Amino acid sequence: MTPILILLISLPFAAALACLVLPVRASQALTVVVGVGCFGLCVALIPTVGHRDVSALKYLRADALSVVFLLATAFLYAVTAMYTIGYLRSEEDAADFPRYSRRLYVGLNLFAWSMLCAPLVNGLALLWVAVEVTTVVSALLVVIDDTDRAAEAAWKYVLIASAGLGLALLGTIFMYYAGAQVIGQSYDLAFAPLLQAAPHLPHTAVRLAFILAVLGFGTKVGFFPVHTWLPDAHSEAPTPVSAMLSGSLLAVSFYAVLRFYQIAVATVGPRFPQTVLLVFGVASLCLAALYLLDQADVKRMLAYSSIEHMGILAIGVSFGVPVASVGVLLHVLAHAAAKGNAFMGAGVFVQKFRTKELGGMRSGLSVLPWSAPAFLLAVLALTAMPPFGIFRSEFYIVAGGLSGGHNASAVILVVLVTLAFLGLAWNATRMVYAPGPVTTERGEPSAWMVVPPVIGLVALLVLGVHPPAHLLDLLNRGAAELAGRL
Amino acid sequence: MMTPAPPVFASVANVIAVFVLLAEFGMLRAAMLRAQIRLYAFQSLLLSVLAAVAAYERHVPELYALAVLSFALKVVIVPTVVQRLLRNTNTEIAGSGALGVASETLLALGVTAFGFFSVGALHIQSRILPSAALSLSVAVVLVSFVLMIVRRDVVSQAIGFFSLENGVSLASLVVASSLPLILEVAFLFDLLVAVVVFGVLMRVHHGRSRSLSTTQLTKLRG
Repeated sequence: MTPILILLISLPFAAALACLVLPVRASQALTVVVGVGCFGLCVALIPTVGHRDVSALKYLRADALSVVFLLATAFLYAVTAMYTIGYLRSEEDAADFPRYSRRLYVGLNLFAWSMLCAPLVNGLALLWVAVEVTTVVSALLVVIDDTDRAAEAAWKYVLIASAGLGLALLGTIFMYYAGAQVIGQSYDLAFAPLLQAAPHLPHTAVRLAFILAVLGFGTKVGFFPVHTWLPDAHSEAPTPVSAMLSGSLLAVSFYAVLRFYQIAVATVGPRFPQTVLLVFGVASLCLAALYLLDQADVKRMLAYSSIEHMGILAIGVSFGVPVASVGVLLHVLAHAAAKGNAFMGAGVFVQKFRTKELGGMRSGLSVLPWSAPAFLLAVLALTAMPPFGIFRSEFYIVAGGLSGGHNASAVILVVLVTLAFLGLAWNATRMVYAPGPVTTERGEPSAWMVVPPVIGLVALLVLGVHPPAHLLDLLNRGAAELAGRL
Repeated sequence: MMTPAPPVFASVANVIAVFVLLAEFGMLRAAMLRAQIRLYAFQSLLLSVLAAVAAYERHVPELYALAVLSFALKVVIVPTVVQRLLRNTNTEIAGSGALGVASETLLALGVTAFGFFSVGALHIQSRILPSAALSLSVAVVLVSFVLMIVRRDVVSQAIGFFSLENGVSLASLVVASSLPLILEVAFLFDLLVAVVVFGVLMRVHHGRSRSLSTTQLTKLRG
């Protein structure tokens, strides 16, 4: 298993370097091959990691929790690599196309690399480093379109996210201090020793570290009230980048929160960390549901939906019940597929109608015979319609909440998710079905923009109807790790 | 058990930590781009000196390496990189404060007091430095937030983030001075990457809006 971990952190980086010199077509092919390859490698990890942890070179380690996040990231890496080929078709005539596409491909591969590194590194310090790298790489990708709006979004993003990560670093330092009291000086914040020592750590320092980590990494997750960069960056980035930002970057940051959560639960007991996550989760979900009701921009709408889903994840973890935790991990996977799909579909609409305004997109079905229904299905999947994966994951989360006696929280969750459903479904249905002046001719921009959403839908169906047994083992083990039962 | 810090060393460490905080206050009102960057370099220099003093007094050789690395990066490379990237811009950033200097200082004093006393109440002890330095470091972090919030120009905001990192470095000297050097190097390398990206985005911003002010950044709402 060791070679897989090494390949996962070296292949995307090598691809990024190669894209610096390769012509566009070769970069496209290489990125698709590496993306699909990385996803294959992650899938190959599932059976092993479902039973034991894997490590390599002292600083790399994968357990069930990390593989869930690796799968989400690698899946989006693979599908956006395909989608980007179609996305760039419309730009091919632009004067600076070779330069633009080279930057985009180098950036995409580096971004994927940094997000694959984060769940693979062994230790809180390296995890922080990896998350900070994801920030700076993605900030450059947000500004790549070189418009006033993109520059504004990128500045707000990099400043707010970095300031948040500054707090997370402070949290990491306090966690080091807590660990040093038991493990002794000069240890490297690796997970296993820290978790082992967790019951004996000083409570005050761990509480402080956990709060700082939730607030700090939460800035990148998109928790209210530190979410303000998120709709800007998601709406102004090129669509493939938006898909990766939303589907995997937020999740990877949530992974960092979960690592602190694991230690905090083992040290101070479940009550305190769960209450913190519940408060952030409900506040984020509430804000997002309200904003979703009145959105004018399709990509901002999807960005608020990401805040909604991150809120659901936080609430799910706060229930502290195994079935809810399995739901949370499944939700990470299903959300990645659904949100990637939704962004890719929205990207086709934006290219076809030449606007991001929801009011300017009408009669989608008569213009985009494939992308319009795929987009609608993706949005329905996002709103937890059966038979897609998010239905199953949210069902687990709510069932877990009710069985654990968190009735009020579970009811609030259902009400707010329904509110979000109204906003999303109303807007998406109008884009596809509402009649309006058809200003553009019928036809898909590129087959490369149709195939990836179909793959995403298949993944969502598999997750919803019949998740493979190995995957369920993985999720169960991940939930057990989260609860400190391993 | 931990030995209490000897009085002379503790006083020196506390004085340096107080100066780190004062440099942060200076940034609240710096009027020139160059002054802002120099204040940051000065603050970083103080941190390197503190690391070296602690290394000498407490016999922790790794801290010498950290002092040298942090000097090279934060006192030499980062200020040079930022100045290089912004050499074609007009250097005036005066008047970018959202509040008057007096109100900004009062606000900063308020958060300083909050940070100082609330961390003091946690009773976190250190093997290396007096724990008052930890309280001061949290005050530095909080004042850097005030700086990023009240100054409406990209340079002050970026320097605000870099000095936030200095505040965290000060905290790390107090409670995590035995952190393996390789991790410290990773943090510093990360800072370097962040500095370059901040610099690039500052240039993009300046190229598009012909100013360093962030007051026009109001297009994205809702």
